[in-house]
Amino acid sequence: MWPYAIRRVLGAVPTLFIIIALTFFMMHIAPGGPFDAQRHLPPEIEHNVRAAYNLDKPVWEQFALYLGNLLHGDLGPSYKNHDFTVTQLIAVGLPVSARLGFSAIILAIVLGISLGTIAALNQNKATDYGVMGLAMIGITIPTFVTAPVLALIFGIYGLHFFGYDFFLPAGGWNGGALANMILPVTVLALPQIAIISRLVRGSMVEVLRSNYVRTARAKGLPNHIVIFRHALRAALLPVVSYLGPAIAGLLTGSLIVETIFGIPGIGRYFVEGAINRDYTLVMGVVICYAAFVILLNLVADILYALLDPRVRFA
Amino acid sequence: MSAPGVTDRNTITIERAFDIEGRSLWTDARRRLVKNKAALTSIIVLSIIALMAIAVPFVWPYGYADIDYGNIACAPDWWPGVDVTCRAGGYHIFGMDQNGRDLFIRVLYGARVSLAVGVVATLVSLLIGVTYGAVAGFVGGRLDELMMRFVDVLYSLPFIFFVIILMVVFNQNFFLLFVAIGAVEWLTMARIVRGQTLSIKQKEFIEAARAAGVGTFANIRHHVIPNVLGPVVVYVTLTIPTVILAESFLSFLGLGVQDPLTSWGVLIADGKDHMETAPWMLIFPALFMAVTLFCFNFIGDGLRDALDPKDR
Repeated sequence: MWPYAIRRVLGAVPTLFIIIALTFFMMHIAPGGPFDAQRHLPPEIEHNVRAAYNLDKPVWEQFALYLGNLLHGDLGPSYKNHDFTVTQLIAVGLPVSARLGFSAIILAIVLGISLGTIAALNQNKATDYGVMGLAMIGITIPTFVTAPVLALIFGIYGLHFFGYDFFLPAGGWNGGALANMILPVTVLALPQIAIISRLVRGSMVEVLRSNYVRTARAKGLPNHIVIFRHALRAALLPVVSYLGPAIAGLLTGSLIVETIFGIPGIGRYFVEGAINRDYTLVMGVVICYAAFVILLNLVADILYALLDPRVRFA
Repeated sequence: MSAPGVTDRNTITIERAFDIEGRSLWTDARRRLVKNKAALTSIIVLSIIALMAIAVPFVWPYGYADIDYGNIACAPDWWPGVDVTCRAGGYHIFGMDQNGRDLFIRVLYGARVSLAVGVVATLVSLLIGVTYGAVAGFVGGRLDELMMRFVDVLYSLPFIFFVIILMVVFNQNFFLLFVAIGAVEWLTMARIVRGQTLSIKQKEFIEAARAAGVGTFANIRHHVIPNVLGPVVVYVTLTIPTVILAESFLSFLGLGVQDPLTSWGVLIADGKDHMETAPWMLIFPALFMAVTLFCFNFIGDGLRDALDPKDR
């Protein structure tokens, strides 16, 4: 396993390089730089500002300088958030985003697997159609619709039970308090719950028909052991290979969720940075996200091989 | 050049083949698709939405950019709530938006933009994906490995970020929106087509064609691509909603189409900002979009069942 993991990590280096190069050059061929939109500065000062950020040098040289700094873990100063380096900003935002995303993926896996299994065990009955109908809704209704609607229902109208009013905060982070996390995590997890439950249902239905499950039943094993020990393990394989795309989906969703709920994570930095042309901040966030995706894909692949003895580390 | 006699004989055979009612894969699939109620309903609903988007703007009394300052964010006449500030009257069946524009016509213009982006960007991805996948699969060997490794690398890029950067860099050029989204979505298509091509390549008719001296690209065009169309058609119907979502996502963030032109993403973003006072501004665009996405998904599922030979 270890040689395989090391080879994969080394293989990720060119991918990361391509990502960095693509982002860097795309942002630099853009008409208009980060210091254009403001009021006009005297030429000498403008020259000094550009020199301070190395913007007066040829693009290739800027790229080389950037790469050199990156190797030392220095992502450069933020162009728009003065007095902050990108590393500092990400150090503040990343734990928030990671916590949000991690909670969402756990919720999605747990709920998705449970719902999918329930649907498969009641195949073609009302429960099955109910769960799959909900899953279809979860897949088709986008995050940017569910987020405001849920915020409206739970955050503004509130729920009224037995004379008590229940309100969830419709925005803000509040240091990651549980109440503040419920809505964003739910919104972020919904599409993934839907997709995972569909995947699990599909593979579970197939596995339940397979010969070894029939054998297990014929041996007289109790139902729950057949389901949990025999069937579920095989039925989870598609879920494990879906984890990579799921994480990419969560990242995309987090841009929306962080913007709508006003959560100070790196997704919001990215949107703001892209609109403000804060090159270094955008680069930093993209590198951060890309590294995450690559790492988690690797974890998913290793998990897959551990779960399925037919797959060998090649 | 073929002898006239041969051509004649071929024509006769073809005519005869038409006399007998053929049951090709596609006729069969069509029959089964029509039997599938969810898919058929979806096709009808989608056609209605598309027809409305095309035709209604010609006859509707309000334009999508006409502003009525007396009716800002007014409810439609039939709105059940009692605590609305004002009612629009006239033909404003969906109410008014925050600038006093008729919401119904704006939702339909949103449909035009969203559907157009969906179809055109999907065609872009289709063109790139099918060509790429078929060439990689058919030629095989080193080239295949190289091409698919490239796809793998692109796969691990967080692509929506690149689209966002592109949109920012090129100032939200509408044409670029098509290209950018299409260029993102072709990867899966290429993988599917390559996989299919690999299995078709082994078939005798390809070998026969090759023995008859058909060149690589002619072979791909005439023999491989027509035979991979089944899974491709299914994937196309599932790509269109993804593209519509991607466009709305960008528009929602303010990076897609620009005011006064609109798309469902823009309308939903506006609706979100006014959902406390004017919930219709969120509900109608969201409803239209959800229904459209539902329809495409049902059609895709229906097509997959209809084209799956295992079900026969």
